[in-house]
Amino acid sequence: MGSNSLHVLKGINFSVEEGELVAIMGSSGSGKSTLLNILGMLDVLDEGSYTLDGVPIKNLNETKAAQYRNKFLGFVFQSFNLINYKSAMENVALPLYYQKVGRKERQEKALKYLEQVGLREWADHLPSELSGGQKQRVAIARAMAAEPKVLLADEPTGALDSTTSYEVMDLIQKINDAGNTILIVTHEPDIADMCKRIVHLKDGVIVEDKKITQVRASQYV
Amino acid sequence: MFSRDNWKEIFETIQKNKLRTFLSGFTVSLGILIFVVLFGMGNGLINTFNEFFGDDATNVLYVFPGRTTIPYKGYKSNRVIEFDNSDLRDIEKNLALFVEYTTPRISRSALVKYKNESNNYSTRAVGPAHQDAEKTIIMKGRFLNKADIKNRTKYVVIGRLVEQDLFGTENSIGKYIDVAGSAFMVIGVFQDEGGDNEERLIYMPYTTRQLIEKNTDKIDQLIVAFKPEIGYTGAMALDRSLDKFFKEKKYISPDDQSGIFIRNVADQLKQNQQFARVLQLIVGFVAFGTIIAGIIGISNIMVFVVKERTKELGIRKALGATPRSVIGSILLESVFITTISGFIGMLLGMAILNSLGEKLKDYFITNPYIDSTMAISATVLLILFGALAGYIPAKRAAEIKPIVALRDE
Repeated sequence: MGSNSLHVLKGINFSVEEGELVAIMGSSGSGKSTLLNILGMLDVLDEGSYTLDGVPIKNLNETKAAQYRNKFLGFVFQSFNLINYKSAMENVALPLYYQKVGRKERQEKALKYLEQVGLREWADHLPSELSGGQKQRVAIARAMAAEPKVLLADEPTGALDSTTSYEVMDLIQKINDAGNTILIVTHEPDIADMCKRIVHLKDGVIVEDKKITQVRASQYV
Repeated sequence: MFSRDNWKEIFETIQKNKLRTFLSGFTVSLGILIFVVLFGMGNGLINTFNEFFGDDATNVLYVFPGRTTIPYKGYKSNRVIEFDNSDLRDIEKNLALFVEYTTPRISRSALVKYKNESNNYSTRAVGPAHQDAEKTIIMKGRFLNKADIKNRTKYVVIGRLVEQDLFGTENSIGKYIDVAGSAFMVIGVFQDEGGDNEERLIYMPYTTRQLIEKNTDKIDQLIVAFKPEIGYTGAMALDRSLDKFFKEKKYISPDDQSGIFIRNVADQLKQNQQFARVLQLIVGFVAFGTIIAGIIGISNIMVFVVKERTKELGIRKALGATPRSVIGSILLESVFITTISGFIGMLLGMAILNSLGEKLKDYFITNPYIDSTMAISATVLLILFGALAGYIPAKRAAEIKPIVALRDE
């Protein structure tokens, strides 16, 4: 934001098909989070183009960006980013509130997605009463509740121990199996191996883009 | 924007952030409360001033004789000036253009007896017009009239408390009381809004008093009422004319300040009203300052609230909250809290003022009140500024990119 512009991404050209599970890897400073933020319309690109589901994403004002985020994208963050004074169910229902879904339907859907991540009994608990893994599962349920085209996860396992990480990855794989497109930023090779494609970034350029055989997380759980 | 769902969301936020709600609500309530009470007290002060003067006619000048301090026209200084009946007639004749009525007043203290009851009272020997000058209200019987003056009747009109003291429940009209050794018939009972002392007075014809005092024609003081239509400037002119007239007639040096004294009620009233108005202005200024302080307080809280919620707002934006809905929810929340607490503060303040009533009379505050238009406008002002104060940080928060807001810890 200063007067000096810093080129973080220097010519990235890649596309993701529907139903893919892509890991974006790279050391810190490689630009992987910036890429994800641009894909998530949380940040804007200076040059180039980005097309999501056939819609060119450019020159968006905040209102439009908010609507696209709501309609197309679900986010999972490393630090969960749940609203601390709302219960698990209310957190999951929040994107639906911004989709102007009625209250009853919101609650039903929220419960349905909490059920999918196995936290139905925890629906009335506040985030502070949940473990890290549970919080991330609530966050995933929240991201899924809006039924987005793409799920973007920024280091979803970064704050979790390995057992919990595998549980979360198992959940992500199951969601992917159901046909959802998912992009994961990670620097952990074992997490990347559980995806179907790995994109390696280094100093703002793609150095490697390969399809791999997926390691199922369920065998570790 | 005003759907039931939005309100529910806002209520939930309010409910789950009690401290925040309490702080902003308390600031607003207190601000309005202090404003209402202060402003009401100012009005109470004015009430007291009006009451001080309300029980006497305001178009009246009191003329007292004094003692000369400057030798003049062959007379030595330190001469006692006295009024007599001719002065009364001269005023009525010479200043007829200005004067509505005149009445003398001779004040004496006397032991008054009725049957076994006795007490010391102030008696005032006056003319019929005195009733207007003091705004004496006759409860029963009548006041002194011209015939009483002419015939030097031994009639008295007694205060309500005199009757109560001497007669108890008995009716005093037509009964005779002993005033310093002479029998007087009670022809009327009066009340006066000037307080208890004014209701412990006894009025008698001034001619009767003069007859008792060895048939003198001396008068203690003169009360001159001017025609209301001559106004304040006319009253001041009459004031000067009277001064000049008496100084000439009684051979007092025009420079002598103590030969004669004139108390001008109109002038005093004007001065006191001005004083009261200045007080009200000061109180109003302080009260206005309170409102400003309230506005600053609510602004600070709003800045803090938005700052505290930056991350939450970032999450909401990532989930699809538009800037409009972010601003809307912050504003609605702030307006809701300020409205409720503002009106609570206002009603509380008004209740306090109402309950005070006459309790602060010793501090010159009588029946403090605030008219509701004033109170409501002040409250609405605070709500509006509270909203404005919320809008600026809310707009800024809505413009922060979600990624920046999310990084905020």
